Amino acid sequence: MSDARPDDGFRTEELLADVMSRPIGDARHVAVGAQSPIPAAAALLARVRGGGRPHVSILESRTHNFFTDGGRELFDCAGQGRLDVFFLSGGQIDGSANINLVSVGDYRNPKVRFSGSFGSAYLYFVVPRVVLFRLEHSRRTLVEKVDFISAPGTSPENVYRPGGPIALVTPLCLFAFDREQQRFRLESVHPGHSVEEVIEHTGFDFDRAAKVPQTPSPSAETLRLLREVVAPELADAYPQFAASVFGIPSRAARDSLSPPNPGVPGFGNL
Amino acid sequence: MATIAGSLEEALAPITDGCTLLVPRGNAGVAMAATRALVRRGAKRLNLVAVPTSGIQADLLIGAGCVESIEAAGVSLGEFGPAPRFAAAVRAGEILVKDTTCPALHAALQASEKGVPFLPLRGLIGSDLVKYRPDWRVIDNPFADHDPIVLLPAIKPDIALFHAPMADAAGNVWIGATRELMTMAHAARATVVTVEKLHDQNLLEDPVLAAGTLAGFYVEKVAIAPRGAWPLALPGHYARDEAHLAEYARLAASAEGFARYLDLHVHERRAA
Repeated sequence: MSDARPDDGFRTEELLADVMSRPIGDARHVAVGAQSPIPAAAALLARVRGGGRPHVSILESRTHNFFTDGGRELFDCAGQGRLDVFFLSGGQIDGSANINLVSVGDYRNPKVRFSGSFGSAYLYFVVPRVVLFRLEHSRRTLVEKVDFISAPGTSPENVYRPGGPIALVTPLCLFAFDREQQRFRLESVHPGHSVEEVIEHTGFDFDRAAKVPQTPSPSAETLRLLREVVAPELADAYPQFAASVFGIPSRAARDSLSPPNPGVPGFGNL
Repeated sequence: MATIAGSLEEALAPITDGCTLLVPRGNAGVAMAATRALVRRGAKRLNLVAVPTSGIQADLLIGAGCVESIEAAGVSLGEFGPAPRFAAAVRAGEILVKDTTCPALHAALQASEKGVPFLPLRGLIGSDLVKYRPDWRVIDNPFADHDPIVLLPAIKPDIALFHAPMADAAGNVWIGATRELMTMAHAARATVVTVEKLHDQNLLEDPVLAAGTLAGFYVEKVAIAPRGAWPLALPGHYARDEAHLAEYARLAASAEGFARYLDLHVHERRAA
């Protein structure tokens, strides 16, 4: 990632933010969780296009975060149906849209241990439109069957489930998810990539039309909005990302009040 | 009732080896000065419960051998990458992980706060989390037909530990809008807090401050620890130290590097 593509005139992150902004549609409330800078950019892009709608909650941000009832408020909000769109990723994602944020190999004796399931095992069920994203499109990340189901792609009919996945976005392509068929369908392939490349690097089987369209490149206006309006707003929650992708100086560099390194244990002694 | 401790070490005395220790997420006021003091003291067999996630705090305690188990929805250094000592300890089978999901932790603490044995939560069914949590139950909703729902037992921590902007002489602690600290303190048997400073008036007597104040009734010890969340942020007061967190991520990637980090930033004793 982060590969600047001067020939195309846009960065991969900018294309992905544009692609991820589309399923947001006419949503009233979009939320973005931990470690999701591109979805945050997509949500803020949708908001600037929509003249202030949807409301965007970025959990790691102070400015894009109205919650005053603690960490539970977002989840309570979602449980009531007050959250329309959320973004989730996974160490592994499989062809049935099961996601794994826990481990590879045996759970009790893993080969690889990821961070953990975060809010996925709840939000995947109650948020109507969940957009999946994975920034590494490979056979080790997009697998036939996940090693651990943090959150299942679909549920039996009697399980309470107003929500679930609608799409999967990667640096190569956009998949749509069909809940009835419990399968992904290749919607479009991003500029500079091919259907063959998608097949080669995807570990699960998916549906596709005889001719798969190319993902439209972000327009000049979209790029302007991303760079001039969205990027500065991202710096508060994702300073590293805003600095490396958009060249926005990090807060620590901007903020003369940033802490000197106290570095001395026992600092708290009276 | 709360007492203002004469030292950080004294305030941490209630955090005994083997206790269940409740700690907040990275931007909610993590008591990092206290965490370094626990490592220096050689705390052992802590059962950490992260509300609902943790980062450098859990990674540091795990790397230093202070942790027996951790219940968390995620352990990660966020933008600085995976939590390396956590991942290494899980792969080596050195700690027990009780994997969960954020709202399940919040709900289980709310159960404890209410003094009820469990709370139900939507979602979860079909997740392998349920498979590996024998303490969770799936029942049929008694108010409907064929509607399975998960019950989560109350989490009853021994001690909640966090860092806040200020406290007063009565041990009332101002937490502002970071309300999960309130839930944590209500759920825990006792609460230990480090603060930036003492406020010279009673926080509960000011109606504006009182709304964001945890009553000293719930607090056992308060210690003053300026910059006590460093290298993490205390939102509204100071930003996280990005260079330091990047250095931690780099050093903690190996056991040798982690030992060097401890030497440099935890065990080092210069002027207090």
